[in-house]
Amino acid sequence: MQKTLTSKLIPGAASLSVLVFLGLWQILAMVLHSSNLPLPESVALVFWQACVSGELPYHLGVTLLRLVVSFVIAMSLGCAIGILLGQHKKLDAFFDNWLVIFLNVPALVTIILCYVWFGLVESAAILAVVINKLPNVVVTVREGTRTLDQDLLEMARCYRFSKRKTFVHVIWPQLHAIVMAATRSGLALIWKIILVVELLGRSNGMGYQLHLFFQMFDVASILAYTIAFVSVIQLFEVLVLKPLDKKSQRWRR
Amino acid sequence: MTTVDINIDSKTYPAKSRASEHQAIADFKLSLNPGEFVCLVGPSGCGKTTLLNIIAGLDNDYQGRISVGQQHASPKIGYVFQNPRLLPWRTVRENIELVLTEAADPSYLDALFDVMQLTHAQHAYPERLSLGMSRRVAIIRAFAINPDVLLMDEPFVSLDAPTARQVRELLMTLWRQRPHTVLFVTHDLREAIALDDRLVFLSSAPMQVVSQIDVTIARNEREDEVKVEAFRQRLLNDYPAIKTLL
Repeated sequence: MQKTLTSKLIPGAASLSVLVFLGLWQILAMVLHSSNLPLPESVALVFWQACVSGELPYHLGVTLLRLVVSFVIAMSLGCAIGILLGQHKKLDAFFDNWLVIFLNVPALVTIILCYVWFGLVESAAILAVVINKLPNVVVTVREGTRTLDQDLLEMARCYRFSKRKTFVHVIWPQLHAIVMAATRSGLALIWKIILVVELLGRSNGMGYQLHLFFQMFDVASILAYTIAFVSVIQLFEVLVLKPLDKKSQRWRR
Repeated sequence: MTTVDINIDSKTYPAKSRASEHQAIADFKLSLNPGEFVCLVGPSGCGKTTLLNIIAGLDNDYQGRISVGQQHASPKIGYVFQNPRLLPWRTVRENIELVLTEAADPSYLDALFDVMQLTHAQHAYPERLSLGMSRRVAIIRAFAINPDVLLMDEPFVSLDAPTARQVRELLMTLWRQRPHTVLFVTHDLREAIALDDRLVFLSSAPMQVVSQIDVTIARNEREDEVKVEAFRQRLLNDYPAIKTLL
């Protein structure tokens, strides 16, 4: 009974918080009465016009494509390298300094260097994003691999599990929560970096558009594009990540 | 059923931080006859688990030779660890199916679950099982691979007496149906007498065989606590040194 009541209250609270946010925005915009903070309805109108003209879907699509490609490369490479470093102490000792360096190089430096060395091309843009995200994934997965349950790994060895079976049934389920954390922080980090990458060296995408709007002080368009992008990421969280979490945790009490 | 010959010249743990190098096992020789149920009894930390890990192929850093059977290059070892070591994200039945190299005959697994009285729990996740049930699952897993040798490392430790007795009886029912060669580790002399054909008493630092005693109570009388206790008392009177090894 208590659980049912709570599950009904949670979506209600979430909707209420969105309404309160919109209300506050509306009041603030009316009080300030400035083009620097347009009313929510003006932003909604700009959003609708940009959608109808096809401009927003195009630039959003381009950015999302870059996000997916760089995210997949960074996560797969990062997981593989992280597991390797977590399991081999000598390898980890060798690459530890590299990781610290890459973790601390500012994103802007990596982006500029990639454009200078490889030109203003798509692959340079993707590479810059991957280089920025990769060290985070490696470090997170490496730490997760270090805490793998050795008892279960010994059981797998004793019962002659193949390498594939050990990875799929023993290692991956233990890393799942860590990889999900890296996925969430990765998405948040990557899309912010992608905008900078597009702003500096591409002629399409959200970053490029935001740069144009900035030059025209078009705050309504900036907010409309931002809301569109955040909504897509939120949808991904609700439709993909949360169900994945739920499925993988079904064995818990 | 398989013969097992254990011949370990030396197993040494290297110096680590403040702990100096120490020899855990030295000149250890033990043979297990096919279908024999042998119990290792020795003080805590004397190296019994190390020995089981060596036989299971989990520890290869030793001098000596372990031979399990004649024909197998890679013998099948069933290992019941102290902690059941079940995969919590797989159901009980999936935990068993995973250790099988070939697709399991469902009726074969059903029979194992039936003997261990776990038919009702085979689709549950391990977190929902009691410790006694988890131990029974671990025993099923070890028997399921039809092992050449079965290693059991204090499988009834931290169970209350009635549960331990129940699991022990179920184990014996299963073993009578499938009499594999067993090497069993315990601190409980009564438990050892109730289960085993032969008791092997061990010393520590380094671990060596001190004495080997055959249990002379008939198998069908092992659940008679009076007879087991009488045998235990006789052992302790005849071999007073045993008291220091328990």
